Amino acid sequence: MHMHKYEKIWLTFGIACLFVFLTVIGVSAFAEGKQPPSCLTTIDPEKVDQTPPFNKPGLVKTGDNEYQLNIVVSAFAFTPNQIEIPKGAKVTINVTSKDVIHGFEVAGTNINMMVEPGYINTITKTFNQTGEYTILCNEYCGAGHHMMTGRIKVVE
Amino acid sequence: MMNETVKVDRRDAKLALAHIYVAFIALALGGLAGLLQTLVRSGKFQLPAGISYYTILTTHGVLLGLVLTTFFIIGFQFAAVSRTSGTFSNRVRFWGWVGFWTMTIGTATTAFFILTGQASVLYTFYAPLQAHAGFYLGLTLVVVGSWISGFATFVHYARWKKEHPGKASPLLTFMAVTNMVLWLVCTLGVAATVLIQLLPWSLGIVDRVNVLVSRTLFWYFGHPLVYFWLLPAYMVWYAVIPKVIGGKIFSDSLARLAFILFLFFSIPVGFHHQLLEPGITPFWKYVQVVLTFMVVIPSLMTAFAMFATFEAYGRSKGATGLFGWLRKLPWGDARFFAPFVGMLFFIPAGAGGIINASHQMDQVVHNTIWVTGHFHLTVATTVVLTFFGAAYWLVPHLSGRVMTKAMNRLAIIQTVVWAVGMSFMSGSMHFAGLLGAPRRSAFSTYGNSPQALEWIPYQIAQAVGGTILFIGIILVLVIITNLAFFAPKGETEFPVAEAAEPQERAALAMDNWKLWIGITIALILIAYTVPFIDMIQNAPPGSKGYKLW
Amino acid sequence: MAKPELQRTKTNTKKMKEHDTSLKGTLASVFLLGFFIIFSWVSVYFLFLHRL
Repeated sequence: MHMHKYEKIWLTFGIACLFVFLTVIGVSAFAEGKQPPSCLTTIDPEKVDQTPPFNKPGLVKTGDNEYQLNIVVSAFAFTPNQIEIPKGAKVTINVTSKDVIHGFEVAGTNINMMVEPGYINTITKTFNQTGEYTILCNEYCGAGHHMMTGRIKVVE
Repeated sequence: MMNETVKVDRRDAKLALAHIYVAFIALALGGLAGLLQTLVRSGKFQLPAGISYYTILTTHGVLLGLVLTTFFIIGFQFAAVSRTSGTFSNRVRFWGWVGFWTMTIGTATTAFFILTGQASVLYTFYAPLQAHAGFYLGLTLVVVGSWISGFATFVHYARWKKEHPGKASPLLTFMAVTNMVLWLVCTLGVAATVLIQLLPWSLGIVDRVNVLVSRTLFWYFGHPLVYFWLLPAYMVWYAVIPKVIGGKIFSDSLARLAFILFLFFSIPVGFHHQLLEPGITPFWKYVQVVLTFMVVIPSLMTAFAMFATFEAYGRSKGATGLFGWLRKLPWGDARFFAPFVGMLFFIPAGAGGIINASHQMDQVVHNTIWVTGHFHLTVATTVVLTFFGAAYWLVPHLSGRVMTKAMNRLAIIQTVVWAVGMSFMSGSMHFAGLLGAPRRSAFSTYGNSPQALEWIPYQIAQAVGGTILFIGIILVLVIITNLAFFAPKGETEFPVAEAAEPQERAALAMDNWKLWIGITIALILIAYTVPFIDMIQNAPPGSKGYKLW
Repeated sequence: MAKPELQRTKTNTKKMKEHDTSLKGTLASVFLLGFFIIFSWVSVYFLFLHRL
């Protein structure tokens, strides 16, 4: 199979670019730990209210400037939905669903994950700037999908 | 090629046309739904009579994503195979009709349950949202019908090979067969989740469903689905456009190689739609990210082949300078212009696709309206404009008519309208998505959140774009109706290009289906076996069905 | 057996073709496309880093 010299140059360049992209995200994910949310912990979706930590949803201090934020997601609400976080706090957000699939997004941040019944999902973020962020559901879950919302306030 | 017919047999033409009619009816209805969606999301309009935004959204996705595409593709491929490998036998044509009616009855069934509000589950129908069983049954019929048509194509191809020992199959036939093999292998996933999980569950035979397994089977199908849309557009680009402009196919064997690479790498990549979900380890997500990047390669090859075809043609007409060949292209011919604009839009579309598939970078864009903007470039511009461009010769060829100059001019205008409308709509979707605006959501200010209020100007721009696009849909429907029923009678060419230098031996080596299918299955097993077993072994309690709309 | 022959036709067509038509416009076009992809990808990657 004959290939033109210029096509060889182009494909070499193109494929090299793809591998550079893959290396950048691969190193960032596997060496620096910036993996996409991929929690493997399971939970009985009908017993979320009885299962710790979701039996007492909310913000819990776990260490010096470290927090856990446990949020129960259901049609069509986040519990809790008004959260105050001190500036500079490192927060691990745990979410799970009591019914159908939802999305958990904090607009304008990298906090974006699927919330699926039977699984806990988790992401960690350090809030370095004060301000107000909108929480919303970004996976269709029914008639009230677009009404699901909440706020995170990062305060001094 | 003894068997090659210059004109598609009248009986085969009827079969192809029937598919194309259904496709354009779906475009009319699905396009109207799309217009309503953009208007609702602007915040300035509300749907009358208590119609739900999500019913409209489900209608739009199913009619345009599944019905328009599948019907047009099968119709086009039937015509292309009949044109390049000879008239169908009565038996093949009979099964083609069986496939057509099975798909049509399935479509009507599904549409009924969507429009009566019993299946507002969107076209991805993620469990545990539970639609009426009739919705799943209708979709099953659509898929089964497409399988019947696929096998009819294979039987015809096998007969051609038997009658032409030692000869490479005609390029368009080879490509159609590749696409149907891809389709058959990938639809096994959606068939498995619908038949084994969702149908028994919606009928009440089983109580609970494994949500993650169902999603994984869906996305095993969902990504190759987009390549099933794209490959027929590539068929037009590789095998038809060179003839339309008066040039040659840049390389027949590299075109075949690109198609085989699509077969290999478009299936074992479904996890890139599931990058942010629990229950799958980052390692297996990354494996599929790497495989996803491999599927970019045949598109890089295609980009080169297209430019090379155009440049070689332009230089043969005396073009000079670095880009002088661009001036020699037939800009006034809608058969060229519409697909060409489609090609241009594939550049930002492809760039966006690489971003979407980049593992943790998906956190920036996942389920935001950026993604909607992305696939309105890929399928709703690149693929659809190419299909329109193909219809401008295919429909009159099949109906025994000719496209008038006035209709050609209207088709050029249609293409420009589409490009402008889509730039507004998809462009603003991309930017709003980067700011966090979600997809698949009715208008909402999220409790007057300052962030959500910032998205509204973009949503208004989407409504402007959506309105312009709807005008584009009206124009194309006028043109297609004219070409099918009212244009002057006459002969229209079905353009099939020849290779610049035939490489029979290399092309013949490409007809090695046992090897290609073997490699395809091996890659699927590598990508899916371990994580799939994990999902089942570590499964949480299953989910009951919910009707939350 | 057939191999040497195959090789020869290969080099022949190669010479013929690259002599025949210049594809420098094609090379320039695909590289412009490539730079666009790199630019888009890097932009969103920096947005990701910025939002960490």
